[in-house]
Amino acid sequence: MDYTPHTPDDIAAMLKAIGVSRLDDLFQDIPETYRLSGLPDLPPVLSEQEAWRHVLDLSAQNTFPAMTLMGAGAYHHYIPAVVGHMIGRSEFYTAYTPYQAEISQGILQAIYEYQTMIARLTGLPVANASMYDGASAMAEGAVLAGKTTNRDRILISRTVHPEYRRVVATYCAANSYTLTEIPYDAAGRVDTEELMTAVDDRTAAVCVQSPNFFGIIEDFRAIEPVAHSTGALLIAGFTDATSLGLLKPAGAWGADIVCGEGQSFGNPMNYGGPYLGIFAATDKFLRKIPGRLSGMTVDLDGNRGFVLTLQAREQHIRREKATSNICTNEALCALAASVYLVSLGKNLRNLAELNVYKALYLKEKLAALPGWEAPFTSPGYNEFVLTCPDPGRVNAAWQDAGIVGGYVLSKDYPELPKGLLLCGTEMLSKNDIDRAAAIAAAVR
Amino acid sequence: MAKPNPDDRRYTKEHEWALDNGDGTITMGITDHAQHLLTDIVYVELPDIGKKVKQMDPVTVIESVKSVSDIYSPVSGEVVAVNDILQDKPELVNEDAFGEGWIVKIAMSDPVELESLMDAAAYTALIPAGKDAAH
Amino acid sequence: MDLIFEKSRPGRRASEIPAGDVSPVALSEVIGEAFLREDIDLPEVSELDLVRHYTALSRRNFGVDLGFYPLGSCTMKYNPKITEESAKLPGFTGLHPYAPEAFSQGNLALMDELRRMLCELFGMADFTLQPSAGAQGELTGIMICRKYFETKGEKRSRILIPDAAHGTNPASGALCGFETVTIPSSTEGGVDLTALESAMTEEVAGLMLTNPNTLGLFEKNIADVARIVHERGGLLYCDGANANAFLGHTRPGDIGFDLIQLNLHKTFSTPHGGGGPGSGPVGVGAKLVPFLPVPRIVKIENRYTLAENFPDTIGRVKAFYGNFNVMVKAYTYLRLLGAAGLKRTSDMAVLNANYIKARLAPYFDLPYDRTCMHECVFSGNRQVKSHGVHTLDIAKRLVDYGFHPPTIYFPLIVPEAIMIEPTETESKETLDAFCDVMIAIANEVEENPERVKGAPYTTPVRRLDDVLAARKPNVCWTGK
Repeated sequence: MDYTPHTPDDIAAMLKAIGVSRLDDLFQDIPETYRLSGLPDLPPVLSEQEAWRHVLDLSAQNTFPAMTLMGAGAYHHYIPAVVGHMIGRSEFYTAYTPYQAEISQGILQAIYEYQTMIARLTGLPVANASMYDGASAMAEGAVLAGKTTNRDRILISRTVHPEYRRVVATYCAANSYTLTEIPYDAAGRVDTEELMTAVDDRTAAVCVQSPNFFGIIEDFRAIEPVAHSTGALLIAGFTDATSLGLLKPAGAWGADIVCGEGQSFGNPMNYGGPYLGIFAATDKFLRKIPGRLSGMTVDLDGNRGFVLTLQAREQHIRREKATSNICTNEALCALAASVYLVSLGKNLRNLAELNVYKALYLKEKLAALPGWEAPFTSPGYNEFVLTCPDPGRVNAAWQDAGIVGGYVLSKDYPELPKGLLLCGTEMLSKNDIDRAAAIAAAVR
Repeated sequence: MAKPNPDDRRYTKEHEWALDNGDGTITMGITDHAQHLLTDIVYVELPDIGKKVKQMDPVTVIESVKSVSDIYSPVSGEVVAVNDILQDKPELVNEDAFGEGWIVKIAMSDPVELESLMDAAAYTALIPAGKDAAH
Repeated sequence: MDLIFEKSRPGRRASEIPAGDVSPVALSEVIGEAFLREDIDLPEVSELDLVRHYTALSRRNFGVDLGFYPLGSCTMKYNPKITEESAKLPGFTGLHPYAPEAFSQGNLALMDELRRMLCELFGMADFTLQPSAGAQGELTGIMICRKYFETKGEKRSRILIPDAAHGTNPASGALCGFETVTIPSSTEGGVDLTALESAMTEEVAGLMLTNPNTLGLFEKNIADVARIVHERGGLLYCDGANANAFLGHTRPGDIGFDLIQLNLHKTFSTPHGGGGPGSGPVGVGAKLVPFLPVPRIVKIENRYTLAENFPDTIGRVKAFYGNFNVMVKAYTYLRLLGAAGLKRTSDMAVLNANYIKARLAPYFDLPYDRTCMHECVFSGNRQVKSHGVHTLDIAKRLVDYGFHPPTIYFPLIVPEAIMIEPTETESKETLDAFCDVMIAIANEVEENPERVKGAPYTTPVRRLDDVLAARKPNVCWTGK
């Protein structure tokens, strides 16, 4: 199966038109010594039917879970059926980046609408068409901060997702920025006193996450003035985008950049990708923000239309002076998010509320078990931390029942050796939660 | 067709002009030929007042839809004024490059530098007559 | 066409949320009123409104499934539907990335086999699948180079990039703190060896070479290029965006490339999605393996596991493992084609590009008159000189005939560039139809240039004012 339509007659006619006698003549520029004499050693060719069978077998080597009790950067939410149908239209998914605007008004308008919805949800006026994921969005925010403030120090709260911190560290190392971690306090939130000591006139940005990795809502009333006190930027991330349906967004609290993970808006967990980096900033960054922007304009007849705009920011024009190298992004995932947001509309609030109720119920049922405790009492969204005598054994018991359990915190937070991070979304029924609690209760 | 290059000022080979204001400062901008090469200008990134520059340092950046260009300071000194109107009306540089499209005023640290720049005749000779060079 | 916001009517709903089966709580007490948002300003439409809206939008868009899409270096080949079906399997879509390894053996096996096939196909010792797109792959590759030299205690601050390179190359270099030095192309369209020789010093980390390059030309002097770079201890990086040209014919690892980034959404047929998602795996030779990102898949007896214990790693460029669902499509494609199918892919891709070149050469300037590979580059200069008609106008006129234009104004070293990559999935009839139209437009330039300059005429909107869009940016609807 190779999808080439050429018949031997086609090939003969084309070779003749080109003026060569053999196909091989077209590869003359490859030095003889480097031309392969045989074919690479790959598994045997499969017909479509055989390939289908093979991937079915592969996917069957996975275990489709009975339920997922974990968040930690990827969330199990219900995706309305319309999402798949809309992004499954091949005029969308087989299209390229909309450089030829006149024949790409569909995707350009969809991106404009997405930018608008993201701006409204995050509380900041300039949202781009997407970044790769929440982690690299935060990393690119830090780089943008460094370049616009001309400073080289980044502060990041330990309550930011551990992998996000690692990605930010990788991007910082590449740019020779120093990265300093700020501890959290007894309430499980970024320690603003430590932050105040750390922030100085070399600090380009303070990076926080809310709800944070422990699921706790950070208090921007305390964070924002400290971050801004020496002219640093406040970068606020998030990992479950549905939280934007309920909580006052960081943009309204004075953040300069809001960036986070949009997977919860209509994209499956997909074993880690593709995901959706959401990125929004104040007007000040309009001409420096990374990523694509769809802008409204008019055509020759004065009719409304859309184009990719402010492209002079981007790599294909600014080249080595660009603040980012991003080209292909996550457009179809952003389209899925748009369809999701339009489908839920104001019900996004109800969905978010339901997440809070489910998480609280899960937390109550587990915290009631002997030896289980809640180390933090601060309000949260749909994730929370509990400690228990043996997180490993509880997860193993859940695993035996086909359940994806909690995220064990000890590796990233050695000071919380018995900590388990759990998540309750609308996908867990009361029965599911009762059953999960019963399994945990039976662990000795 | 490019407008004629005024005699009252000096020119760099990067297509900037410098007009001596007689008070130790110059006004600078880009030539009509330059704006023509850049096509429709969409944004002029103005420097901060007080910024110090050396001769031929980039002092501003001009964006068109499809390109970005550094604009170089014709003299060494300090930026004392910027043409704020360009924030809202960057097209002034296209429409009146030698007049209302001026970009910054610089207090010269070494006025002798002006003499090392070209006069109008020498600059005009540099430009191929009536040609669009593709950017 | 109205925006979705303009179709919104208060009180309409599409999705409903299930009634909760657990007790609600008073959020203003539990979370605190100050932390709750006031309202959500999202559209209120019915599901039918939504479906009509997005369906209408899709009909104002152009995809490969609709017509010929010859964008240079984008490789807009057909996206096989069976690969889409594979990717929808719940076993692949439904797992949390931190699910127990015991639940994820199928996913890990798929990634591991994909990795191995790419190693074999490109002659590399190992691949990382983590980068989300080609640009992120380039960044990863350059970070690997940087770490390699740091570990050796060598200070190399520059990177060499040909003038024909895609903008992501210098952007990626600069993002890693490298100073980019541009190497001119020779009159033949390859790297100017003299310039390379004098630029290649012990302060240079290496050369980022797209091969074949953005002119569609294979670097004939690759042996000399590799020698020059390696003699001074540098690394030779391959931007593999154009890999569709040489599958089964040669392997970058054999030629002397130390590392390569690929684009699964180009060469390996995963759909472009209107701008992503993509996937940009990076392959390396043995000496660079220690620096690859973590985690890596390790097979112990018959089980796959994710390992982080690689002390010289550059770290992570992305949370989790990469764009897994994109990998599923590429993996399925590789299994469908096999080695023979991949070789035939390159054969037909190169045949198609040369055929177009032969048919259009009498009508458009051809800056490099030599056999091309999977793409060919023309210049619209002839039409500019004769009638003041630009490549942009020709592109917009093509649209009126139902074709997506080729890439225009890139590479930068060709004035009025027209970069055509047909790919192997296009038939001779399609190529002939395209060439016939290009020739008709060339004739129209002579007979009625104004008509070409005013194109397009048949699209939902006429030519759009991108100057206005950049002078007065409007990137968010405020209701006006």
